[in-house]
Amino acid sequence: MAIKSKFTIAISIAALCCTAGVAYATPKIQYWQSESGAKVLFVEDHNIPMLDVSVNFAAGSSFDAVDKAGVASLTRRMLALGVSGMSEDDIASGMADVGAVLGGDFSQDMAGISVRTLSRTEVRDQALDIMARVLQTPVFPEDVLAREKTRTIAALKDAETKPESIANRAFRKAIYGNHPYGMMSEVETVKKITVKDIQDFYRTHYNSGKAVVAIMGDVSRRLAEKIAENLTAKLPVSDAIHALPEVAMQIAPSEQRIEHPATQSHILMGAPGMSRTDADYMVLYVGNYILGGGGFVSRLMEEVREKRGLAYSVYSYFMPLKQPGLFQIGLQTKKDQANEALLLVRKTLSKFIEQGPTEKELQAAKDNIMGGFPLRINSNRKIIGYLGVIGFYDLPLTYLDDFTDRVEKVSVEQVQDAFLRRINPQAMATVIVGAPEVATQ
Amino acid sequence: MRFIIFYIALFFGGSFNAVNAEVFEITLSNGLKVIVKEDHRAPVVVQQIWYKAGAMDESTGTTGIAHVLEHMMFKGTKDVPAGEFSKRIAAAGGRENAFTSSDYTAYFQQLHKSKLPLAMKLEADRMRNLKLTADEFSKEVNVVKEERRMRTDDTPQSLMYETMMAAIYQQHPYQHPVIGWMNDLEALTVADAKTWYDKWYEPNNATLVIAGDVDAGEVFALAKKYYGPIKSRVEEVTRREYSEPPQLGIKRLVVKAPAELPQIFMAYRTPTIQDPEQDWKPYALEILAGVLDGNASARLSKHLVREQQIVSSVGAGYDSTSRGPSLFLLDATPSEGKSVTEVESALRQEIALLVNEGVNEKELMRIKAQVTAGEVYKLDSLFYQAMQVGQMESIGHGHGALPLMLEKLQAVTAEQVRQVAKEFLQDDNLTIAVLDPQPLSGKPKPQRKGMSHGH
Repeated sequence: MAIKSKFTIAISIAALCCTAGVAYATPKIQYWQSESGAKVLFVEDHNIPMLDVSVNFAAGSSFDAVDKAGVASLTRRMLALGVSGMSEDDIASGMADVGAVLGGDFSQDMAGISVRTLSRTEVRDQALDIMARVLQTPVFPEDVLAREKTRTIAALKDAETKPESIANRAFRKAIYGNHPYGMMSEVETVKKITVKDIQDFYRTHYNSGKAVVAIMGDVSRRLAEKIAENLTAKLPVSDAIHALPEVAMQIAPSEQRIEHPATQSHILMGAPGMSRTDADYMVLYVGNYILGGGGFVSRLMEEVREKRGLAYSVYSYFMPLKQPGLFQIGLQTKKDQANEALLLVRKTLSKFIEQGPTEKELQAAKDNIMGGFPLRINSNRKIIGYLGVIGFYDLPLTYLDDFTDRVEKVSVEQVQDAFLRRINPQAMATVIVGAPEVATQ
Repeated sequence: MRFIIFYIALFFGGSFNAVNAEVFEITLSNGLKVIVKEDHRAPVVVQQIWYKAGAMDESTGTTGIAHVLEHMMFKGTKDVPAGEFSKRIAAAGGRENAFTSSDYTAYFQQLHKSKLPLAMKLEADRMRNLKLTADEFSKEVNVVKEERRMRTDDTPQSLMYETMMAAIYQQHPYQHPVIGWMNDLEALTVADAKTWYDKWYEPNNATLVIAGDVDAGEVFALAKKYYGPIKSRVEEVTRREYSEPPQLGIKRLVVKAPAELPQIFMAYRTPTIQDPEQDWKPYALEILAGVLDGNASARLSKHLVREQQIVSSVGAGYDSTSRGPSLFLLDATPSEGKSVTEVESALRQEIALLVNEGVNEKELMRIKAQVTAGEVYKLDSLFYQAMQVGQMESIGHGHGALPLMLEKLQAVTAEQVRQVAKEFLQDDNLTIAVLDPQPLSGKPKPQRKGMSHGH
C-alpha cells in the first residue's frame, strides 16, 4: 500500500471540553497523511524551545516467528547501531554533540524510534537527520548483531533467576498459550537469529504506509510536514499484511507454584483483558480504578495493605493492546503469608464482580479521573505519548476532548455488567513464584 | 516575615521567552520557608513539603524510623481519619505520595490549581496533628518490612549496595540503609515514631515548594492562612553534622545472592559541593561522570561494551549535592565468560587513561551541550523543577545556587577533569563490591573457567 496523494484533513477540535462545570483546554491535534503515506499527528507548542518526534510501526514482539522470537526487538535495537555512512559511534556522538536524546518504545504491538531535541535550527536538523537515517538506512552489521545477541542472551539468563521475571513469563504463557502475545525471546530462539532475519523483518514491517509519526513542540506546521516527509519517504514499501489471530478469551483455570529462594512470594493472577478499541474500554478502566487501579484508595489496597499490612504493593490493571491485553492482579508478600493473601485477593475480586461497585465508589473514581485530567496532558512528553497511541490504534482525534465525558457516563450497572461478562474468577491463571509449601484450597 | 524575590535567568541562547523561570520566596513568622515557582503552561499545581530530617538523622537501633514515620503520615489526625488524606486528594483529582532519603523526607500532591487550598489544609494539618496509634503502627511496620523484602532482600543489586555502604562508612550514618535494618524494623515502636515526629516536624525545619499555574502573592496568602498558625516549638531545629575519617586503604567485599551474572561495583570516596561559588572539584567530577557514562557515545560503553566486549553493561555515577559525603561509583556486569577480575582491570585501565591522557575538548563540549539541553528539557516537568528546589533547600545550599552551579559546570576545563580523576580515583579511596551469583536451588554452582572473584 502506497498512498501518494497528499491530503490534509483540517480537523479543528473544540479546544475545550466541559465536565462538571470545569473546562480543561486540550491540545489541538493536527492530522494529515504525508506523501509517503505515513499518518502524522502534530501539536504545535512554542512554550519550550524543544521538540519531540516519534515514529512507530506495527513491529512489536507479536510479529516474531515462533522459532526466532526476539527478531522484532533486535531489529528495533539494531536500527541505531549502524546506518549508511555512519557507525554506531557516529550515531551516538552525533546525537550527544547537540544534546539530543534517541529513544523509542517497544511492546507486543509496536516498535518505534523517538528523539527529543532542542528546537534551534542547526541542533534540530542534526538530530532529525540522524533520526531519518536510523529509520531509513539501517545496515545491520554482522559483528554488531553477534554482540547484541550475546548481550540479549546474558540478560535472558539473568532474568531467569529473578522472581518477577519468572512470574511474568509464566503468567503470559498461561494466559496466551500459543497466541503471538504469549511469544517471548528464549536463549535458543535468539541464538538462531541472522542478519537476514533482521533485514527481512525490517523490510516487511517498517513501511511508510504503516508508519505513525507524532510531532510535539516548537516547530511550525510547514516544518512539521517536511520533518514527517523526511523521516518516512525512503522507508521500505511492502504489501504484506500481518493480521493477529484472535485471542481466546476463555482460558482454563490454572495455578502454577514455582520454587524460588526469595523471601517473598510473587503472585500474579489474571486473564485476557481488553483491547485498545474495546467497546467496554472506559467502563473497565473506571471499574478497575475502584478494584485495584486507584493507588492508595482501591479495594485491593484497602484489604491487603491498609487493613492487614500484607504487602507493600498490590494492584490490578488492564493492558490495552490491539487484541485484548492482560488483565493482571499482582502483589508480593512474605512466603508464609502468601496463601492468606491469595485467598483474600480472590475474595475481593469475586465480591467486586458479583456485587459491583457502590455509587459512592464510582463517584470517587470519576472525581479522581475527571478532576485529574489536566495532569494527563501537562507536559510535552505526556502529549506525544497520547499522539502515538491515538495514531497507532486509530483512536478518534477527539480522544482527549471526549475523555472526561466518557468517564462521566459510566454507571454502576455498566461496571458490574462488564466485569461479569469479561472476568470470570473461576477461569483465571495464577502464578506464584517463591511459593510456600502448602497450597491453597 | 521576610520577602525575597529571585529572578533566575537561565542562560541558554536562542529564542527563549515563553517560559521564564520565576521563583519567589518568603519565610513565615513561624520559620516555614515558602518558595513559589510560577509556570503557567497548564492549569495544574504541585505542592511539596520538605522536612530537613532523613535516615542520616536516626540513631543506632531505630534505623528506618524516618521512613516508617513517612508511611504513618497517611494514618490520620484528629480531624482527618486514617486513609482520609489519600481519599480527599484522590477525590480532588490529585496524585500524591512521599519519599524519604538519607538527607530529607518530602510529601507531595499534584492537582488542578483550584485544589491547592485543600492540599495545603491537609498538609498543614498533618504537620502538627498526626495521631499515632499502636494498632496502625504495627500494621504499617509490616508493610515496610514487605517493602524491604521486595526492594532489598530479594534484589541482589540492592543487597550488594546496602552491604557496600555499610563497609564504606564506619562512622557516618550513610552506613545505614534508608529503609532500615530488618532487626530494627522488628523492634520499632509507636513511641519511636512519636519521638521522631515531635523532634523534626516543625515549620522552621521545613520548606514548602509550590510550582505551577499560580500567582506567588496568592500562594503566600494561602500559606500564611494554613501553615501560619502552626507555632514552632523550638527556636531552631539543629541537625548534627557527621564526618567520616579518611579511608586507610582499599576495601573489598563479596555478596552471595541468587543470580545468573556476577556484578562489580567500584566506589571511590569523593567530596560534594560545600561552597557552590568557590568549589570546582565536584563540578569536575560531574563532568567526569558524563565523559564516562553521560550518553550513548560515552567512554565506558564505547570501550568496554562495544569495542572490547568485556562487559554486557556498565555505568558511572556521581552526585555532587548531598548533605554527607559522596561516591564516584562504577558498576559493571561482565560478559559471559569474563571474570570480575578482568572487568576490574578494564575499568582501572579506563581510569589510567583518564589520568594519563585526560579528556579531549570534543568530549567536554559534548557533555556541556547535554547540560545545556537538559536545562531546557527540565522545563517539561513541573514536578522535577519543584524537586530540584526542594532538594537544594534541604541540603543547605538554597535554590538560588542552581544557576550558579550551571555556570560552574560550563566552566570546567579538560585539565580539571584530569586532575579530579587523578586525585580521587585511587585505591586508598576505593571499595570494591562483587556479586557472587548463587544458583536458585541453593546448591553451589560448578565453578566455571574465569569465574574467580579477585580477592
